[in-house]
Amino acid sequence: MIRIERRLTQPWWLGVLVPVGSVVVAFGVMTLVLLATGHPPGHTFSRLIRTGFGGMDALNATFVAATPLLFTGLCAAVAFRMQLFNIGGEGQLYVGAILGAGAGLVLGNHTGWLSVPAMILAGAAGGAAYALLPGLFRAFLSTNEIITSLMLNYVAALVIDYLIFDSQSYWRDTSTPTAKVFPQGKNLPAAASWPLSHVGSLYLPFGLLLGVVLATVIWLLYTRTRFGFEVQVIGDSPRAAAYAGMRTRRKILAVMALSGAIAGIGGASQDGDFRHTLDPRGLTSAGYGYAGIVIAALARYNPFAVCLIAFLLGGLQNAGYALQGVDFPSGLVGVLQGLILFCALGGELLIRYRVRLKTRAAAAAEAAAT
Amino acid sequence: MPPAVELRDITKRFPGVVANDGVRFEAAEGEVHALLGENGAGKSTLSNILTGLYQPDEGEILLGGRPVDFGSPRDALDAGIGMVHQHFRLVPPFTVAENVILGDHRGEGKRFLVHPRRIERRVAELGERYRIAVDPRARVWQLSLGEQQRVEILKALYREARILILDEPTAVLTPQEAESLFETLRVMAAEGRTVIFISHKLHEVKAVSDRVTVLRDGKTVDTVSTASATPRSLAALMVGREVSLAERVPRTGEVGEPVLEVRDLWAPGDRGGDALRGVDLVVRAGEIVAIAGVAGNGQRELAETVTGMRAPSRGEVLVSNRNLRGGDARDAIGAGVAHVPEDRLHTGVAPSLSIASNVVLKSYRGNHISRGPLLKLRTIREHAAHLIHRYDVRGGGPDVPARQLSGGNLQKVVLAREFHGEPRVLVVASPTRGLDVAAIETVHRYLRDAAAAGVGVLLISEDLDEILALADRVAVMYEGAIVGERDAGTATVEEIGLLMAGGDGA
Repeated sequence: MIRIERRLTQPWWLGVLVPVGSVVVAFGVMTLVLLATGHPPGHTFSRLIRTGFGGMDALNATFVAATPLLFTGLCAAVAFRMQLFNIGGEGQLYVGAILGAGAGLVLGNHTGWLSVPAMILAGAAGGAAYALLPGLFRAFLSTNEIITSLMLNYVAALVIDYLIFDSQSYWRDTSTPTAKVFPQGKNLPAAASWPLSHVGSLYLPFGLLLGVVLATVIWLLYTRTRFGFEVQVIGDSPRAAAYAGMRTRRKILAVMALSGAIAGIGGASQDGDFRHTLDPRGLTSAGYGYAGIVIAALARYNPFAVCLIAFLLGGLQNAGYALQGVDFPSGLVGVLQGLILFCALGGELLIRYRVRLKTRAAAAAEAAAT
Repeated sequence: MPPAVELRDITKRFPGVVANDGVRFEAAEGEVHALLGENGAGKSTLSNILTGLYQPDEGEILLGGRPVDFGSPRDALDAGIGMVHQHFRLVPPFTVAENVILGDHRGEGKRFLVHPRRIERRVAELGERYRIAVDPRARVWQLSLGEQQRVEILKALYREARILILDEPTAVLTPQEAESLFETLRVMAAEGRTVIFISHKLHEVKAVSDRVTVLRDGKTVDTVSTASATPRSLAALMVGREVSLAERVPRTGEVGEPVLEVRDLWAPGDRGGDALRGVDLVVRAGEIVAIAGVAGNGQRELAETVTGMRAPSRGEVLVSNRNLRGGDARDAIGAGVAHVPEDRLHTGVAPSLSIASNVVLKSYRGNHISRGPLLKLRTIREHAAHLIHRYDVRGGGPDVPARQLSGGNLQKVVLAREFHGEPRVLVVASPTRGLDVAAIETVHRYLRDAAAAGVGVLLISEDLDEILALADRVAVMYEGAIVGERDAGTATVEEIGLLMAGGDGA
């Protein structure tokens, strides 16, 4: 007989053992998949680790992949803490990228030193404003924010496509004949490139550093301030919050704006750190916003854990790009990534419940003994 | 014939406590068997073991002489054990009928397509047979606590429970409602079912049960026949010493100026319509005014409107001559209105947050708790530790989540916080619901102390004994209005009961 019972207490070591165990199980299942498809598992895994985390080049590429995930992960974690399910990180990131690129294009040629902070602010403002739409509906009409924020992702994707592919917008490059035939965004001026610092040969994108600082600020905000206290109470029991005289509506708006602003800065970082243009295809195919939801869930909404998980997932993505090729279909990379996420989320069950194995004979013996 | 239920030497340990220590218990078919004990005596653990929520570390459970092993609540349900919990397990947006079939995997609930009319009919039939009046189509969130309890009982009956456990069932009922519950229980017992009645109210145990098993400190003290026991002898068994039962204590303080005035107050109810229809009420400093009434006659809405949790549609609430902004809890708190809510677990505290956080649930905006936007975490912990010590909260330090506390200790946390805010008006709703004798004594003492210190206390309670023991005046609510007021010192239970039922009592 297999029985699943609720755990009364959750020993601390489970929090370590279960995630590690989940990854081991995921690799175990993947070994079977690889054997079945005729790829040598040992070789594949070693390449995966090497290209994801082994050496400076691998780490540099991983940082690039992790940066947007860090922002969208924080975006989700901040809102989910208050049981406010902002699924719109994806769209808020697009809007942040649009306004961030706009600020860079306007200011980059004139006052160089101003353009980077202006891009950050513009990105944050865009993301915040876009998140406030579902926020307002939720606060004043009790509309389900999951639906509204999700639907707005599609709107934002259409807007960003329109700006480059279907219009002669300010963002679109029309300077050369080729650019008229193959639409693309204007290149940002050099002053709108975000600074790239390095430790030895390890390059740290400005957005990554900004994200880590933001994670720290969010942690302080949520554990040390009145604002964070109210967010915790509202998230735990809205009735208790109303009883204590907390202004729940304002908090919904503030948290939505904060959450959207973080995703928006992530969008601006895409412009300033990596793409140096408004790149609709690149942004809409990456799915950063949705990955952020998974990251927030795995991190249990803890901002520092979001940093770590974003890094690991970034490495996995980056290794995926490196692995795929003629002999290794990209579908298999997806299978591996999916398996790891699946096992990690499934492992959560083991933290809260325990599985008891008991044979019928043992059950009978136990009954007889007493 | 073997007993319907037998527990042999049940032991259950939790980290740091032995909740049940070799408990023996048996109840026969057709018997109403009371399980009596203070909070923390192990009653809840024992019932959780019997309903499959916990597995005992040692000992065994026999049903009709056969050993059973419950791995989950479903096993216990399948074996015919039904339970009515103190905190109801109902889905508020669902109708009564839907709640009744929810999770029932044998009958109607197993079907892919649900036939609401058929279930509603069946629920109505059951209600008639056991004299449980409740509308099968009503949504649970619209029901009073007393009505919700009837849904829980119907749920168990629908599943043909042979053994029904009720945890503190009368806490939410009026004397009349309690009497009708007892009648239902007697019908059930007469049909050969076994009713296990968990309580600490001695006169109820006397009124309804055939036998009583008393638990103390996780051990069985004794099982006695009810006929041969007196409330005093049961209390002594339960507490382990002689106790004085709640009696009216003459008031000590002086009654002063009006601190709370409610004038022609109207407010909408949850299901539309007016829950309050022109309430007029005055509470003076140092006075305890009780609101009596059958559950669902607007008492909850009155408490919510006075404390700013519900916006009135007409009328006004004045605290020390200051008009409160309707529907603004923060304004009410600022004016000195403290509130001990009926649902202490989900309204009175944020259950997953620490005791320390809950102690400052209202005062976190104040200067001594925060500096600008920052919280003074150390001050908060010290403050919590101080209140825990002063109010004798047992079961954990400042960092323990509030949800882990027992009902009595949780109420102490709420009271500590509310008293500490130095209120002018204290609105308390069912403050001793589900508490044990010792905790009730403590809560009553705190309320008397508050009144003696010049606080105007508005006590909303469905426990008439409590009202008559504590209050100076009793106002009776019926259908959203106050239908009569009596001096608590001279009023009788019958007189007030008549007003509660809508009679004019003149």
